[in-house]
Amino acid sequence: MSRRTVPLREVASARTGDKGDIACISVWVYDPRDYEDVKASLTAERVAAAYPALWKGKVTRYEVPGLHGLNFVLQDALEGGVNASLNLDLHGKSFSFLILALDVEVSRP
Amino acid sequence: MTVRIGAGAGFAGDRIDPAVDLARRGKLDFLAFECVAERTLAYGHLARMADPEKGYHALIDRRLGAVLADCAKNKTTIITNMGVANPRAAGRAAVALAKRMGLQLRIAVVEGDDITASIKPDTKLPETGKTVREHGLRVAGANAYLGIDAILPALDHEPHVVITGRVADPSLFLAPLVHRFGWKVDDWPSLGRGTAVGHLLECTTQVTGGYFADPPYKTVPDIAYLGFPLAEVEPDGSAVITKLEGTGGVVRELTVKEQLLYEVHDPRAYLTPDVTADFSTTSIAEQGKDRVRISGAGGRERPEKLKAIVGFDGGFLAEAEFSYAGPGAAARAELAASIVRERMQNIHRCNERIRLDLIGVHSLHSTAVQHRSETQDVRLRAAMRTPDRLMAETLLTEVESLWLSGPAGGGGYRGTISPSVTTQAIYVDRSTIDLKVEVMQS
Repeated sequence: MSRRTVPLREVASARTGDKGDIACISVWVYDPRDYEDVKASLTAERVAAAYPALWKGKVTRYEVPGLHGLNFVLQDALEGGVNASLNLDLHGKSFSFLILALDVEVSRP
Repeated sequence: MTVRIGAGAGFAGDRIDPAVDLARRGKLDFLAFECVAERTLAYGHLARMADPEKGYHALIDRRLGAVLADCAKNKTTIITNMGVANPRAAGRAAVALAKRMGLQLRIAVVEGDDITASIKPDTKLPETGKTVREHGLRVAGANAYLGIDAILPALDHEPHVVITGRVADPSLFLAPLVHRFGWKVDDWPSLGRGTAVGHLLECTTQVTGGYFADPPYKTVPDIAYLGFPLAEVEPDGSAVITKLEGTGGVVRELTVKEQLLYEVHDPRAYLTPDVTADFSTTSIAEQGKDRVRISGAGGRERPEKLKAIVGFDGGFLAEAEFSYAGPGAAARAELAASIVRERMQNIHRCNERIRLDLIGVHSLHSTAVQHRSETQDVRLRAAMRTPDRLMAETLLTEVESLWLSGPAGGGGYRGTISPSVTTQAIYVDRSTIDLKVEVMQS
């Protein structure tokens, strides 16, 4: 079976939320047939290693197979959170597009 | 029996016209307005310290004034946390507003969330392990997240408007469902399903096509005219999420999914004062245009303690910007940034952390990725937090002085100093909360 590498944005959408210094990013595949491939590519370790200077803490991945979704919870990811961050994007709202920029491998043509 | 409940605001700065549309045409039983974010309370406390009749939602007259008459006419009960740090004063403002509009309304004010008096110098802050004294900042105020048990007694008075301070966002929606359907307050699965409905509605347009568009992958029709959502809720807690005919936006499986896990950590354990909701078992099914049915969420026993937020007066946030455009813009902006950094350190002996962004080259993700950019339009942004007002002003002056002393061709200076409030979460015993309902009449 041939596999191809695509930016996550081509096969999934994402939305970021925040609480304190914790960011959470949910990822939803457009086509349920891509769920297992994206799950295999987009591990918690992979996300944690993607932007280490920004996402400094532990990354936990929750799976919601019934809805074909993945939920990433990133500790210590908001430069101290709204209390301390000097980032214009205090809440890390734009993080969803950092994750959508990552490449994943899918088997569907 | 179906209960129709709409969302009238999803944050303090939300739009007003879609709420008016819902009040007029929604045939709603309830319309809930969520207007408080984590730090809104601390700002409210600072405003109340400055003026004891303030500290509630600043736009209350405009926001409530726009819908009061239609809601009274259509027998729609308004539930809102516009009381922020001063629910009683918000109640008085709402009474005065109703009088001016010639409306005779019952307004129920819920109090008990303000636990500022219980915060002592030796109160532990679990996020840091330090006490309030060791934390070193002045306490602005503290509020517990109240749940449905605070709102239900107010609904027993059949009010036109319920005004609260800090309550958990989904509880604003769950309370009227429990009230109408007669759910027991320990019927955890029903409370879990009702919480899912509240969670989906509480950010208004984030379920009707807001915060969603990413062309060409995701597009949203009539995006400038997004409708606010409403739910048609069944007695078992399942519901159809929809919006009014003729409004912009879209309600589809994916808008509902994205919002279902918004700000959720473990989908099996979404903690509120009312229930430990389980969203992982939710079924989401499109039922015709802009109608999505949700069912199957679950729930377990509520958390033992209540979460509370302590707000601190954290000094000042200073931000200043200056722009460079044309050939070499990025190099000139970078030079300007180095001038500001050197002068703050060497002339002003400033020890605070200063962030320097080059907007157009790298800003939001500057610590993560350096975009290689050929842009010829770059805006320098300097930002710093400090307890020292003079030092905050100095940063602004240093950026402003780039007019005469910086690289060639810069312009467009703006600078602001805003209060910097900070927060810490603590957990309190439910027994320490003194719930009160006062009914006011216009």
